Amino acid sequence: MELLIKNGYVYDPINKIDGEKMDIAVKDGKIVESVSSSAKVIDATNMLVMPGGVDIHSHIAGSKVNSGRILRPEDHYKDVKPRTAITRAEVGHTVPSTYTIGYRYARLGYTTVIEAASPPLKTRHTHEELNDIPLIDKSCYLVLDNNWIVLDYLSQGEINKCAAFIAWILKALKGYAIKIVNPGGVELWGWGKNVESLDDQVPPFDITPREIIRGLCKVNKILNLPHTIHVHTNNLGKPGNYRTTIETMDAVGDLANGRPNIHITHVQFCGYAGYSWITLRSGAPEIAKYVNNHPHVTIDLGQIVFGEATTMTGDGPFQYILHNLTGNKWKNADVEAEGSAGIVPYKYRRKNMVNAIQWSIGLELALLIKDPWRLFLTTDHPNAGPFTEYPRVIAWLMSTKAREKTMEKINKRAKKRGVLASIDREYTFYEIAIITRAATAKALNLENKGHLGVGADADISIYNINPMEIDPSKEYKKVRRALKRAAYTIKGGEIIVKDGEIVKSFIGETFWVKPTMSKDLEREVLKEVSEKFKEYYTVSLENYVIGESELASSKPITVKTNF
Amino acid sequence: MRTISNVVCPFCGSLCDDIEVDVEDNRIVKVRRGCAISVTKFTKYNEERIYKPRINGKEVSLEEAIDEAVKILANAKYPALYGWSSTSTEAINIGVEIAELIGGVMDNTASVCHGPTIIGEQDAGISTCTLGQVKNRADLIIYWGCNPVHAHPRHMARYSAASKGRFIKGRKERKVIVVDVRKTHTAKTADIFIQVKPNSDYELLTALRWAVKNGELEQEEISGIPAEKIEELADMLISCRFGALFFGLGLTMSAGKARNIEAAVALVRELNNYTKFVMMPMRGHFNVTGANEVMAWATGFPFAVDFSRGYPFYNPGDTTFVDVLTRGDCDAALIVASDPVSGFPAEAIRNLAKIPVITLDHHETLTTTISKVVIPTTVVGIETEGSAYRMDAVPLRLKKLVEPPPGIPSDEEVLKMILKKLKERVK
Repeated sequence: MELLIKNGYVYDPINKIDGEKMDIAVKDGKIVESVSSSAKVIDATNMLVMPGGVDIHSHIAGSKVNSGRILRPEDHYKDVKPRTAITRAEVGHTVPSTYTIGYRYARLGYTTVIEAASPPLKTRHTHEELNDIPLIDKSCYLVLDNNWIVLDYLSQGEINKCAAFIAWILKALKGYAIKIVNPGGVELWGWGKNVESLDDQVPPFDITPREIIRGLCKVNKILNLPHTIHVHTNNLGKPGNYRTTIETMDAVGDLANGRPNIHITHVQFCGYAGYSWITLRSGAPEIAKYVNNHPHVTIDLGQIVFGEATTMTGDGPFQYILHNLTGNKWKNADVEAEGSAGIVPYKYRRKNMVNAIQWSIGLELALLIKDPWRLFLTTDHPNAGPFTEYPRVIAWLMSTKAREKTMEKINKRAKKRGVLASIDREYTFYEIAIITRAATAKALNLENKGHLGVGADADISIYNINPMEIDPSKEYKKVRRALKRAAYTIKGGEIIVKDGEIVKSFIGETFWVKPTMSKDLEREVLKEVSEKFKEYYTVSLENYVIGESELASSKPITVKTNF
Repeated sequence: MRTISNVVCPFCGSLCDDIEVDVEDNRIVKVRRGCAISVTKFTKYNEERIYKPRINGKEVSLEEAIDEAVKILANAKYPALYGWSSTSTEAINIGVEIAELIGGVMDNTASVCHGPTIIGEQDAGISTCTLGQVKNRADLIIYWGCNPVHAHPRHMARYSAASKGRFIKGRKERKVIVVDVRKTHTAKTADIFIQVKPNSDYELLTALRWAVKNGELEQEEISGIPAEKIEELADMLISCRFGALFFGLGLTMSAGKARNIEAAVALVRELNNYTKFVMMPMRGHFNVTGANEVMAWATGFPFAVDFSRGYPFYNPGDTTFVDVLTRGDCDAALIVASDPVSGFPAEAIRNLAKIPVITLDHHETLTTTISKVVIPTTVVGIETEGSAYRMDAVPLRLKKLVEPPPGIPSDEEVLKMILKKLKERVK
């Protein structure tokens, strides 16, 4: 099938195209030079054309997300849509059903989304849900930093064996990258405890959070994985934690060679200055300063959107603290030899000082960090708000007026605890295209995503807004409305959304990495692992492995390692 | 003869995955490591088998049976789909789509066993874990209103009281407490047995929480237990390093139901201020947890989902199958891998007998005897592979060990055929 998208204003930062009026040709799911005269024509005159959105961090599938659904029937009742001839019924607001997630991302013009944290033992569950998320392409990060086999190897200084184990587990469980969640702290949560600094000991492993992060950063380098280590820091959600965040970034600075080697996720949640909730203030300026001066770091925002949220992380001890702070219902789910998860429903209120400061911190980070290629838009869905609110965040980034309008309504004391009011930077559409698509695709090293050059996957979003005429600074509401419902979303060359409605549904691909490794090394490590497995786990090694046929649409990516 | 190892047992919620079976001439001739129930399931699954589809007791072809099923479901105004706890996650997933398509009620057997656990969790949360956490760390284990010696025979050896983990090496390093209304076989193995007065678990849980928090109780006796004993117990719970509370239908189905679970959640939550504590329901059928999981990801709700509005609606007590039946509301039913007639209240069964029922099962049950359409299917985990979720929501892949009898499809295949034909009729 051929498509020709005519006369749109194209924003394609990877190919340095900044609002140029041009045609995009599509054939057999790919962007091509030209198409025949029989191609279906989409008239994009006076419309905004971008590559399909790529979300680098969102909780969309697996045991934790589903626990959130089960825990929160109250979340689902008021956000429903009956089945149509094309779509399944939609249900759920902050923790929607699998089908709903696919449709809503597609309506926003997003076509690739990564599940941010899958505990290995329950990754089969993650894949079963990913199989049921329609339209978008997807993948998942494996949580590996509190994994006993990883900790055993790292504490023995066996970096190569650790790398071999991780190569095997990514392949066996069909994951994409190494996720780190409160390294060491989550292991101690197995005893109801936590760490407080990067240099605390994690008994009985004789290892510190710093050593875990550095070890996994080295492993990542050996494995030559497409994405960096993806880090949820220690001390998340605690006043004063911006120092831990900077220390974490700095812990691997010497291991970098010009390119990013660490991604710190949802930095808003670890960008707090002050010594208590009473003295809380923004740590964004300090973090931004560090990031601006250190090219080895990328971050995503975890931007707060006022309203309902469901907090869910692999950081068990943090969720327990949040439960004690709020009194809201709490689910905890520890996973043997691997980690934990916690869920607490939450509502961000603009009149609450802490929430208002949190809101400000995210935006300050986005506005103070100069290089948009190292900063990505997320709400850490559904932790800081549902992904469906991205257009609202984009409006804040593009318009000082939009920010001022919200600032008028937030808690008065909060305004003095941050620097947001003093910033007049406004994002352009080009920069928005970077932080929502181009830079995320680049950070994930997805060559065929996030751009519209010849050979790229034909994942395209078209919004009914004229970037040449509109002044986003003043008319931010128009921007918000247009981005909420794509005029067209095209996935793999197929039109899936038209005028904000789903017009076609199918299942996208699940991609995962297959690092190369010598048979001998794999055999040696598996032998050791299978011994440990009997002691640590309650399932056999054979049943832990996920077959490729268990994925609805599997797309392995072979990675040449540096063993 | 071939030996298949690491077989996942498709019987109870423990999903033991270390079973070894010998297969000769397409028959399972030996089962190693299985409990008595497991061995029986693996070796006698062929007994009372159904080999031919039937309509009104008359043998028909598979196609005729499916056409009749489709006709019944398509013509029904308010059909209900029920069962699901002993089939694969894949089959349940198709069941959800059928229910959505025809605007019916989709419910699973959790609604008559651990439904109150889910409702309690929805009200109050839960601190839980996978079974390996207990095996590796727990130095104190409570079994409350459950009897694993009989219901989950290998649970204690593999996962809990007597399991050997990284930090805790076996039964001697653990304290085991059993709370029950009678001295069960599990109670006989315990270090401490607390005989609670029937239907007063809520009071005991609340008193324990008070004792944990405040040390001393005002009353002399609660739920038949002397106050000193409760205080002593509270001290034990606080002093452990990692405690685990396993509970069964003794808690979910005695007076208080979901409120009992909330009281247990509150106790465990309180204990986390002092030490590490978790709790876990002892789920019965091998994939009842999976039924909850797949329904939750597809509809937002883990059981009792009503699609009559076109979108999922959940209101246990109203949209639960027992209640739909008792009210006489539903006009057709599809039962998969379950036998409601043997356990439901009389009023519900009377109404079930009045409406056309389609049953998918591999052997005769009381429910097949009242069914208009019976479609024989394969035994999941023996003749068909598929996914299932253990009681702690760890997903495992069930294996195919032998070929099914010729011409017998799986639940998944039959449901797919029904869905396909329904889609042609219902637009």
